Amino acid sequence: MATYSTSEFKGGLKLLLDGDPCTIIENEFVKPGKGQAFNRVKIRNLKTGRVLEKTFRSGETVEAADVVDRDLQYLYNDGEFWHFMDNGTFEQCQADANAMGDAVKWIKEQDECMVTLWNGSPIAVEAPNFVVLEVTETDPGLKGDTSGGGGKPATLETGAVVRVPLFLQTGEKIKVDTRTGEYVSRARDE
Amino acid sequence: MSVGPGTNKLPVNADWRPGAGLEALRARAAMLGDLRRYFATAEVLEVETPLAGTSAGTDPALQPLRARYRGPIFPRGSDLYLQTSPEFAMKRLLAAGTGAIYQICKAFRDGEAGRLHNPEFTILEWYRPGFDVARLMTEVATVAGLALDRPDLEAEHRSYCEVFESALGIDVLDASAEDLRQVALRSHVLGAEGMDLTRDGWLDLLMSHLIQPYLGAERLCFVTDYPASQAALATLNDDGLTAARFELFFQGIELANGYHELTDAGEQAARFEADNCLRRAQGLAPIRVDRGLLGALEHGMPECAGVAVGLDRLLMLRLGVDDIDAVLSFSLQRS
Repeated sequence: MATYSTSEFKGGLKLLLDGDPCTIIENEFVKPGKGQAFNRVKIRNLKTGRVLEKTFRSGETVEAADVVDRDLQYLYNDGEFWHFMDNGTFEQCQADANAMGDAVKWIKEQDECMVTLWNGSPIAVEAPNFVVLEVTETDPGLKGDTSGGGGKPATLETGAVVRVPLFLQTGEKIKVDTRTGEYVSRARDE
Repeated sequence: MSVGPGTNKLPVNADWRPGAGLEALRARAAMLGDLRRYFATAEVLEVETPLAGTSAGTDPALQPLRARYRGPIFPRGSDLYLQTSPEFAMKRLLAAGTGAIYQICKAFRDGEAGRLHNPEFTILEWYRPGFDVARLMTEVATVAGLALDRPDLEAEHRSYCEVFESALGIDVLDASAEDLRQVALRSHVLGAEGMDLTRDGWLDLLMSHLIQPYLGAERLCFVTDYPASQAALATLNDDGLTAARFELFFQGIELANGYHELTDAGEQAARFEADNCLRRAQGLAPIRVDRGLLGALEHGMPECAGVAVGLDRLLMLRLGVDDIDAVLSFSLQRS
């Protein structure tokens, strides 16, 4: 069992707390001149995404969590799980809806995603920052309007709905920022 | 680029610059000048004492760094402690009859690094024969105002008991370790539920998490009359429950620690013993005690009050920066 002492604490370190994998966001060393030292740590639970503050007595050791981030290719969805492959080793793994989170709204087969693995299993999947998706349904565009002011909802091939400028038509491809869920531009076919 | 004679071929560190900008370096020089002028005018003698010595403070909460010397005097070599504060040597000077003295020097503490800590830092320490803590606190406020470049800063005085009572509604002198633990849990200090601390450890946790961040928001805040269990090297008050020890806080940061100094050699020896017992119990190496200090106390040290002030933190507050790295030329990670 790998452990870390509080003096190894720093942003990004992965710990196992109450059975859940967590990452350190911020670590503060607190010590009265003549007294007990503590580490006050801001932590994100990687399974729930919740952020909490926790205090450790300095010198304590904490169990390490075997958590790694990998770029994996999304293969397909079997109705229950989303399957990914490591293009280097060809190893495959499957993520459940919980681990997928918002990423389901944005990814298509072949897309590369950052997958967080805990003991080899996906616990979080991050879509690429920008994706290109086809508009499958939107109100007919207004000819001549290229300003983009106002906008209208458009359904994309993955099912996600984003606001797009009025001139966009069904069948066109657009670039979307997955972090904000916002339309960026029309995508040109290569 | 040509490689000619004298051209460096070793790998270079691109991040060679100091953490402190020029403004901070100049502010430090100005602060040190102001402080030295103040003490010269007040006729307090500037002294220097060894930073590396064969004995050190025994406080179980402070770990000295060690260095190794070998040569004349110690032909087989001896471990030297880098001083956690110049306290003992300065007290020996007081016993030798110096009168009021001050020192600005480096102090070293193993294991302490963070936003407010660097293992090597600058201390201003001074002793005033004939002063009680009240009189010394008045001078500390003046000196802090000088160092902060805010001479009109006001000061308030609150007892340790009163700050706990008003912040947490507990009587600290009466509370057991378990009572204090319950307060931590009630106050949602996450992590406290699994912690094993002594009574003083719980006091430190409550103080540092729930009280200290709010001390001295507007003016200097002196916290006085620490519980006897945290007397360190202060004399006890007449109530026997509290000690003539104070600390100074400003904007939530601990800046100074002062005492009406213990002058009784027997009591000092007993506290050395107790500290080393506690150190052993905590798995820490005992520290070679300063027998010179015991000799000085037996000879007779004048009744006095003394205080140690963290100058790097004062400089942080003067400049409005929140990391000690920004006021040090080279903090440990840059050294």
